[in-house]
Amino acid sequence: MTAAAARLENANPLIFQRAGERALTAVEEDETVADPIDDREIFDLIRSINDPEHPLSLEELNVVEQVRVNVDDQESTVSVEFTPTIPHCSMATLIGLSIKVKLLRSLPDRFKIDVHITPGTHASEDAVNKQLADKERVAAALENSQLLEVVNQCLSTKPV
Amino acid sequence: MKDTVELVQRLSAHPDSRCWYVAWNPKGSLLASCGGDRAVRIWGKEGDSWECKSVLSDGHQRTVRKVAWSPCGNYLASASFDATTCIWKKKNDDFECLTVLEGHENEVKCVAWAPSGNMLATCSRDKSVWIWEVDEEDEYECVSVVNSHTQDVKHVVWHPTQELLASASYDNKVCIYKEEDDDWECRATLEGHTSTVWSLSFDPEGHRLASCSDDRTVKIWKECTPGDGEGDGSTDTWKCACTLSGFHSRTVYDVAWDRLTGALATACGDDGIRVFKEDPAADPEQPVFNLTAHVPKAHSQDVNCVAWHPQEVGVMATCSDNGEIAIWKYESEV
Repeated sequence: MTAAAARLENANPLIFQRAGERALTAVEEDETVADPIDDREIFDLIRSINDPEHPLSLEELNVVEQVRVNVDDQESTVSVEFTPTIPHCSMATLIGLSIKVKLLRSLPDRFKIDVHITPGTHASEDAVNKQLADKERVAAALENSQLLEVVNQCLSTKPV
Repeated sequence: MKDTVELVQRLSAHPDSRCWYVAWNPKGSLLASCGGDRAVRIWGKEGDSWECKSVLSDGHQRTVRKVAWSPCGNYLASASFDATTCIWKKKNDDFECLTVLEGHENEVKCVAWAPSGNMLATCSRDKSVWIWEVDEEDEYECVSVVNSHTQDVKHVVWHPTQELLASASYDNKVCIYKEEDDDWECRATLEGHTSTVWSLSFDPEGHRLASCSDDRTVKIWKECTPGDGEGDGSTDTWKCACTLSGFHSRTVYDVAWDRLTGALATACGDDGIRVFKEDPAADPEQPVFNLTAHVPKAHSQDVNCVAWHPQEVGVMATCSDNGEIAIWKYESEV
């Protein structure tokens, strides 16, 4: 590997403050009431995903934000937009795949999960979005053990 | 919508996995299914109920994406993400793997037999379509590799009577191929869809081709005959005769034209199945298709495939991401 290839694409990313823990309400603690899945719950699932390059979470790099999560529990749809740190980030597909896999593994099967790049924030936005929306390609990618291992690393919980 | 679709039976076909595709044998006595569990299952009727007759689990190392019966019904081909296509020979109630077709660089997405049974087509993420010839000794030989698409080829289908092949791709296009001086070449490229074309189906006569897409539409293409004054004879011309839009709320994964009734069924990522009928009063140059039946939650997840029974009017099979197969009876009110 050459020195240039080993160098990080974005060596000094901006680091953002993490959100606090979700405050539980009395209704949520009432076991007799069904709680719909909300934006914050989805955000809590994806905020701690590790960036493939930096020892930071997607939340700390502002790649995911709660305002870019849209859940409709009634309609069983989840839409997440993520923002690569730089417009030529070659890791965009991998980050999107990690978000998608995390949600596929965590949410009930009834949900339709759409993961997109925040409009205007990546040079290959359409191509990445199309790949992430193609469930056949996603299924084939997840049968590739090397790729699956990389995704699992992004999804692993960091030792505190 | 005055027609009805009744559930006949629901089968847990590929548990904890995805059922990608189902195919009836030519007599309609057997249904083959395949899925993410790397297996092919054969279903047959016992009394009034469809039961699993065999499991073909030792042919593939990865997802089995599609299955296809030979026109004689004695062979089954399975296409897999493991880059191979298996040919199975039916022996009484059992199936044995006769040969494995290798050559594609990566995932094989589809396999289809020509109506004569002497040819087979496969397509792959490697962007190519391969044509194979079969001889009397069950030997398979690749006779042509066509690279007309710029992306992943999702589906191949043969014309019901002629040696004419169509393919659908992630590049949003459909290609039509014919044999020309011992080589297969692309004769027409059908452009119009704005995203991946997932599947194709010829009408019973083979005059028209239906395509379905991630752009949530179905398009009906019609071949222009030389007398129409279109083209110069070196290529064929297919024109989009109509677009069915506004009916599907997510990707349309499959479309099937019923050989018996001419009804058009779709399988959609919004969990629904729909049946369309052509308005007989409309101008043939500008056909009109009406939605006559809709089952909104036919499955609890994406519907991947719909297949009309080859002999029993109105019977269809669908399959889903939840691993299920469902058998339906469509009743048309005339």
